[in-house]
Amino acid sequence: MIKLEQVEKSFGSNAVLRGVDLEIPRGTSMVIIGGSGTGKSVLLKCVLGLVTPDSGRILVDGKEAAKADQDAFLARFGMLFQGAALFDSLPVWQNVSFRLLRGALKRPRAEAKEIAIEKLRRVGLTPDVAERLPAELSGGMQKRVGLARAIAADPEIIFFDEPTTGLDPIMAGVINDLIREIVTEMGATAMTITHDMSSVRAIADNVAMLHGGKIRWTGPVAQLDSSGDPYVQQFITGSPDGPIEAVR
Amino acid sequence: MILLSPLAALGRAALGFLAMVGRLSIYFGQTVSHMVRPPFYGREFLVALGNIGWLSLPVVGLTAVFTGGALALQIYAGGSRFDVQAVVPQIVALGVVRELGPVMVGLMIAARVTSSIAAEIATMKVTEQIDALVTLSTHPMKYLTVPRVLAALITVPLLVGIGDILGIMGGYAVSVHSLGFNPGTYLKNTIEFIEPLDIVSSLAKGAAFGVIATLMGCYHGMNSGRGAQGVGRATKSSVEAAAVLTLAANFLLTGIFFTA
Repeated sequence: MIKLEQVEKSFGSNAVLRGVDLEIPRGTSMVIIGGSGTGKSVLLKCVLGLVTPDSGRILVDGKEAAKADQDAFLARFGMLFQGAALFDSLPVWQNVSFRLLRGALKRPRAEAKEIAIEKLRRVGLTPDVAERLPAELSGGMQKRVGLARAIAADPEIIFFDEPTTGLDPIMAGVINDLIREIVTEMGATAMTITHDMSSVRAIADNVAMLHGGKIRWTGPVAQLDSSGDPYVQQFITGSPDGPIEAVR
Repeated sequence: MILLSPLAALGRAALGFLAMVGRLSIYFGQTVSHMVRPPFYGREFLVALGNIGWLSLPVVGLTAVFTGGALALQIYAGGSRFDVQAVVPQIVALGVVRELGPVMVGLMIAARVTSSIAAEIATMKVTEQIDALVTLSTHPMKYLTVPRVLAALITVPLLVGIGDILGIMGGYAVSVHSLGFNPGTYLKNTIEFIEPLDIVSSLAKGAAFGVIATLMGCYHGMNSGRGAQGVGRATKSSVEAAAVLTLAANFLLTGIFFTA
């Protein structure tokens, strides 16, 4: 289980997170929604240790993330970045099996390549993609490679940062379905940040809305439409009128 | 208050400079610390050896040949005013090996290698590839900085050695073919005039300039701002810093080797 207690983070005078409390039970898929610039990515990066919170605690299975051995801690995670963040200089298969080619999880090169091809197949890519460079792939294919990399070492926890941004609706649907299938099949705990409502409905078991640096509402996805929270309602209907200012 | 504002600006600039020196020193210390602790990334080191050493050879070679040739012409023209044009081989050898060879190679490496490293790492930062490295349990400094600095430490002295030879040969070619020097006498005078300390100082300068060039590229790349402008600024700053520090280090090392 991932638990955040009163997490705060400011950049200069800009207080992005103002005391975030959130619980993600093991094996469930939590989607965090919120407008652009509300600190969703910062929250995710705080959990991973990429950004250090100013105060508050982040616990993973009861152990404080800040005090954990970083290598062992991160070995439990997989992450799909917004722009896929593939390494330009490496062919696709080496991107996917990056973690399996070095460090604590190192495997023989041939085995790592085999696993990479298997994971590529799992996300709907053919083995011939393995030898290509990331720059030779379309945006949708890069996202799939990023997804394959995120699941390559069979992590217990997977984070997805805006998984459908920049994709056409059909490709976005494919990625959403893949994420849902993979998370269910692996039994992983998932945390996704997005403002794409189709992703929310396809991926989430639970939803949390981040607004004003705090969790405004959280609950099962089935209750999202009947949340009764005016902020949530405005967000899911995409209305310019409501408590959330359109000009930010 | 208006009278004090130039002083305040000077103070801010001085503090900014000292802060920068502090950050660079810490970055250098961290690089050295990671250099001696596993894991080591051999494949990245080999790639860096090729990029920094092998691929820099053409630009370094051409620069050295033209510099040596121009130096020979200048010394001959200047020397003829005092009827001492016969010292061309000795002065070319001394000038190239002690100063121009290492400095020109250092500046070429700053232009070619520092800019490329800074732009590459800054782009990686902007596109979240550095964050991705961290989430894949790979320390960016170990994976990106250490292999490049180590590769430069080894290859740039070699490049300087090659640059010295080609620079002298550039002077030789001009002197023999345009200025009428005897080939055998030219080479004899060159070899007899150069001392072991000249060569040691040249290679040591190469090592120092290589470390400076790669360290500046990595540091500015890692600390790049956002977007295309951030990448551009990081690249520009890295080359400026590498060039200035190369010249400053050259002055210091010349003092250490030849005035102590």
